[in-house]
Amino acid sequence: MDHLVILPILLPMFAGALLLLSGRASEGFKRSLCLLATLLQLPLAIALMAQASGGLQVYAAGNWMPPFGIVLVVDHLAALLLLVTAVLAIAAVVYAVRGDDLLGANFHALFQFQLMGINGAFLTGDLFNLFVFFEILLIASYALLLHGTGSARIRSGLHYVLLNLFGSALFLIAIGTLYGVTGTLNLADLSQRVAQLPAPDAPLVGAAAMLLLVVFGLKAAVFPLYFWLPKAYAAATPPVAALFAIMTKVGIYSILRIYTQVFGDTAGPLADLANGWLWPAALLTLVLGTIGALAASTLNGLISYLLVVSVGTLLAGLALDSHDALVGSLYYLIHSTWVCGALFLFAGIISRCRGPRFVGRLVPGPALSRPTLLSGLFFLAAISVIGLPPLSGFVGKLLLLRAAETGVAAGWLYSLLLGSGLVSIIAFSRAGSTLFWRTDPAAAAGGPVDNVRLAAVLALLLCSPLLVVFAGPLLDYLTITVDQLLDPQEYARQVLSMQISTSGGGH
Amino acid sequence: MELLYALTLGVLTMSGVYLLLRARTFPVVVGLTLISYAVNLFLFAMGRLHTGKPAVLGQVAEHADPLPQALVLTAIVIGFAMTAFALVLALRAQGELENDHVDGRGKR
Repeated sequence: MDHLVILPILLPMFAGALLLLSGRASEGFKRSLCLLATLLQLPLAIALMAQASGGLQVYAAGNWMPPFGIVLVVDHLAALLLLVTAVLAIAAVVYAVRGDDLLGANFHALFQFQLMGINGAFLTGDLFNLFVFFEILLIASYALLLHGTGSARIRSGLHYVLLNLFGSALFLIAIGTLYGVTGTLNLADLSQRVAQLPAPDAPLVGAAAMLLLVVFGLKAAVFPLYFWLPKAYAAATPPVAALFAIMTKVGIYSILRIYTQVFGDTAGPLADLANGWLWPAALLTLVLGTIGALAASTLNGLISYLLVVSVGTLLAGLALDSHDALVGSLYYLIHSTWVCGALFLFAGIISRCRGPRFVGRLVPGPALSRPTLLSGLFFLAAISVIGLPPLSGFVGKLLLLRAAETGVAAGWLYSLLLGSGLVSIIAFSRAGSTLFWRTDPAAAAGGPVDNVRLAAVLALLLCSPLLVVFAGPLLDYLTITVDQLLDPQEYARQVLSMQISTSGGGH
Repeated sequence: MELLYALTLGVLTMSGVYLLLRARTFPVVVGLTLISYAVNLFLFAMGRLHTGKPAVLGQVAEHADPLPQALVLTAIVIGFAMTAFALVLALRAQGELENDHVDGRGKR
């Protein structure tokens, strides 16, 4: 059996364990180990992406065959998201080794465990295993969120932890119900069982599916479950906030996976179960996130609300439920993860320059050193995240709007998405002019800009024009991804047809 | 047995939700614990309720479904760790915010 599939989980696990064991070792050693382990994720993700184009890669943990054993499945979607995570994580860790990792204990170990949870959630083909990886990434994220000090962090951290603990309880109830009725938790097997569900069982399974939607909605920060996000993300340290940009996407990914492959078009009486709920929730998330962005009083708060807006946009694409809309959503997902991550890191640089008195508050502060460079970067990032040409946000939004075609849905999407873009322009120009132009002459001069941190931001931001330049090949890849996603029968066939590969290895 | 079991789950969940809504850190943690008890029992019941059937293959003619038991074990371990973490966090919040309300403000 090819063990490459499980490496994105094992690598951060062992790196994290080693980092914990070497608690007294020098910072230099821990930083290099963490950096190395994170850098290795990139070739791994690319190798898996290349493998995925040769068909579904199924890995049966412990050689227990599906549907009884736990399987890891690499399809185009999982490989793509591993790549997105790897790129984001590298930028975050490069930023962190310049000092942010010393704000609390065990930053690097927690960072690796967080990566393990995220990678595992993308790879797993089993619902209970998904729960376990969710818990791993959550436990790490609780500690990472509290990394550093400050009462704002404690307060928002408490909300985050308690909400997610309740979310986990709901997740388990849903899993229990699904297992009790269908007798399986393997996603491939589940999709087949749900398709042949006897009518009396349908309401029970439907209820479990809707509970799952609540859980994933909480992770993805969908209206009305997004209220924890802005405070928590705005209070987190910059590299942590940047890494968390992928966490909402884990929720989106789960929604995509479960509600296209298990409760999608083929689900018999439960077909397209979530779509009626996703659409209004997506639009409300979009609107409320935009209003929040307009009202934000700190740069971090502004970016956090933009993350909520991006969740709303993505979910609207999911709810449109057409091939083109899903392609557009996935493109937008890559773009928004990287650009929001870059913005969080950038906000960290600005806060350091302005000193502890002003940090990211949107009030006139000290004149910044190297204002042209910083404001230029801010301008580029803003253009990209708002969705103005020529950067990737524009392409993403264009794909989504084109996929909406005509009709009532298109009317809502056009007006809200474009309106949200306009309001974001206002919010960003207000933030930018306050930060860069309205300086307070009485304030002490700003601190220096750290070049390594700047390089991390620059590298992530550079992905945005690259996404535009390579939009053609990327869209080809995404088209295959969505083809694969919309064909759950083929997925189930390939996963379940797996045979014991080594003689004597089975039970 | 089913009725008793269902009633137990209901009472546990109800108490847990009530305590959660008290919005004070200690009751909230106790409430989450009660809910996780209810959830674990619920998961266990999803293998159907039997008496006198071991979850081991080959020893007896009829055996209970072992999978929910494995799921419950995992859930217990995770839930236990989470409760411990939430408690420590609640204590730290109490120390830093000098208030046991989950928002860190309000009457003491």
